[in-house]
Amino acid sequence: MQDNIFKVNEKEYILPGSRACQGCGLSIAYRFILKALRENTIVSIPPSCLCVLHGLYPSTSVIVPAINSAFASNGASASGLVAALKALNRPDMTVLALSGDGGTYDIGIQSLSGAAERNTDFIFACYDNEAYMNTGTQRSGSTPLGAVTTTTPVLTKQEHKKDFIRIMEAHNIPYIATVSPAFPIDLYDKFVKADRIKGTRYIHIDTPCPPGWGYPTKDTVKIGKMAVETCMFPLLEIEDGKLRLTGRSKTLAEKGKKPPIIEYVERQMRFRKMSIEQLNQLQAWVDRRWDDLVRRAGD
Amino acid sequence: MSDVRIITGNEAAALAVTLCEPQVLAAYPITPQTKIAELLSEYTEKGILKAEYVRVESEHSALSVLIAASTAGARTFTATCSNGLLYMHEQLHWAAGSRLPIVMCCVNRGVGAPWSIFNDQQDAMSQRDTGWIQLYCRDNQEIIDTVIQAYRIAEEVYVPVMVCYDGFILSHTMMPVEVPKGEEVKGFLPPYRPHTFLDPERPCTINPVFFPWRRENAEGVLCDGYMEMRRKLQNGLERAKGVIAETSREYAERFGRDCGGLIWTHRTEDAEFIMTGMGSIAAETTLAADLLREEGVRAGVVGIRSYRPFPKEALAQAMGGAKLIMVLEKCLSYGYEGGVASDLKAALYGTGVDAPVVGVIAGLGGRDVRIDDMLTAARESLEGLKSGQCGNRTLWLNCHGEE
Repeated sequence: MQDNIFKVNEKEYILPGSRACQGCGLSIAYRFILKALRENTIVSIPPSCLCVLHGLYPSTSVIVPAINSAFASNGASASGLVAALKALNRPDMTVLALSGDGGTYDIGIQSLSGAAERNTDFIFACYDNEAYMNTGTQRSGSTPLGAVTTTTPVLTKQEHKKDFIRIMEAHNIPYIATVSPAFPIDLYDKFVKADRIKGTRYIHIDTPCPPGWGYPTKDTVKIGKMAVETCMFPLLEIEDGKLRLTGRSKTLAEKGKKPPIIEYVERQMRFRKMSIEQLNQLQAWVDRRWDDLVRRAGD
Repeated sequence: MSDVRIITGNEAAALAVTLCEPQVLAAYPITPQTKIAELLSEYTEKGILKAEYVRVESEHSALSVLIAASTAGARTFTATCSNGLLYMHEQLHWAAGSRLPIVMCCVNRGVGAPWSIFNDQQDAMSQRDTGWIQLYCRDNQEIIDTVIQAYRIAEEVYVPVMVCYDGFILSHTMMPVEVPKGEEVKGFLPPYRPHTFLDPERPCTINPVFFPWRRENAEGVLCDGYMEMRRKLQNGLERAKGVIAETSREYAERFGRDCGGLIWTHRTEDAEFIMTGMGSIAAETTLAADLLREEGVRAGVVGIRSYRPFPKEALAQAMGGAKLIMVLEKCLSYGYEGGVASDLKAALYGTGVDAPVVGVIAGLGGRDVRIDDMLTAARESLEGLKSGQCGNRTLWLNCHGEE
């Protein structure tokens, strides 16, 4: 298949007409993930929006082999695929476990941690839309402070989201990266790179969600860009413990200035009940993490 | 020359698994299963068994690993029991619903709370409705023979098989066991033929969401809905009855040992009093039957080897002459009675066998089940039958406390 000027694989692996919502951030990310990993890929899917995107029996919108797993078990399911492919002598295959934030931060953390501790030879990618979106926006361990969800409807979420990158770093795996569908070439390049590395590779995908976050469907890329711009979601890579910022985040670090998160927050209905105090707490949380990342990237 | 070794039930299981050459193993340690996990680790590390062994972080993950590996086309094995089996519960349904021929040993143990590491069969009985075949072993020889047969059965009907044997009573007790030769097992057990492939040339999404109704695919062919898929699983288990019996028969022909297929019998030809149960407790009742025969009671035993599928036709036939039936079982459906007693009564309904069925709850959490206690329960029930006092009731064997 011909590549274009961005050296992006032109073949499409998601057929027109999937069951994802209009403006779905996951659809954009998944399109470029599959382009990067190409044909010899098996995807393991827990219950999540991805399960819906793949379609309802007997139709599917995706032309790579995929296996659905139980909610808690995507890391283990992928471990089983990796073990079987090794036993059956298929070294040419890439195993991708693609979970939502619930299937990563919450119910899925045990099997992911086990697989990473064993340095299982696979890519685990978390598409983080910051709540249980497939069941209608319930709070998860990834929901940011101050967000309204259907299980934090009055008081909003009272806690910060888990710093999952640090959790994965503690597993000493060879490759960790963050990506955003608003920067698809950066996403593509990181998946291509991850595919060439052995062992457990963890990629975290910021995944704007129009119905869950409360913004117009046309603004998914804009919201994704603002998440990176305000350093809510920095783009980075950690290879063998060495952290570096990439793309727009690298430029922001060099400039030494970043816009306040209010520009990102005020565009999303999920933050409509956020207090000034919460906004300041969230800004402080973002600043602390960002300063830490910039310092580490400079070391 | 035959290879006879004096080994524990767990060693027998590990040897049988090795002979079946699974390609992917995953297990999490739990007493009294642990020795299987240890031995299979040793065999794979030494290269005696060429398999990928995934040392998982939980039983839920153990079965998740096997579900994916089996879907990808590998022969698989795990073992667990008790709370470990309960923790797997979700995945038991998933494995059966996926029609994967996974084989698992369940080294039967009581479940918490309160904690017990000792034997009863509440763990496996609590998984009755997950769609797995459940086969129970009498002794260590049957463990080795049943594991080998389990792969053949599972891969014939595409239903996972749980090989159940009593914790400590069999798992940690040494008995002489004849170990079949590798090439003989190969001759009996053909290679695994997966029903689906995860093949980039033929991409598909396995186990997506199903609608309640049937739907057409892109070619306009009407495809199954959820309910049709579930009916096919039921058909698979019904078909398994014949396959279990036939596999057992062929195994007996090749290896000279007969596990009995769905059930086994002891002195039932003219029996009026029949005791029944599963696993080692059923094997023990044969001693009680022999002693009752000395007292002039025409006693016999029907052992249930296959609990699911439940062999209702075979049981009705074997118990045709019974005037009284006593079920000894190490489990209970709380708020009702022992599960085997319930199932047996339902199986006999309308068959013309109208003997009273006395349920006996015995050996929970490893409580000793003595022949004397069995005989006392049997004699009391037989007296009750004479005086017309014996209905369908449940006794607790060797247990203190209120009736």
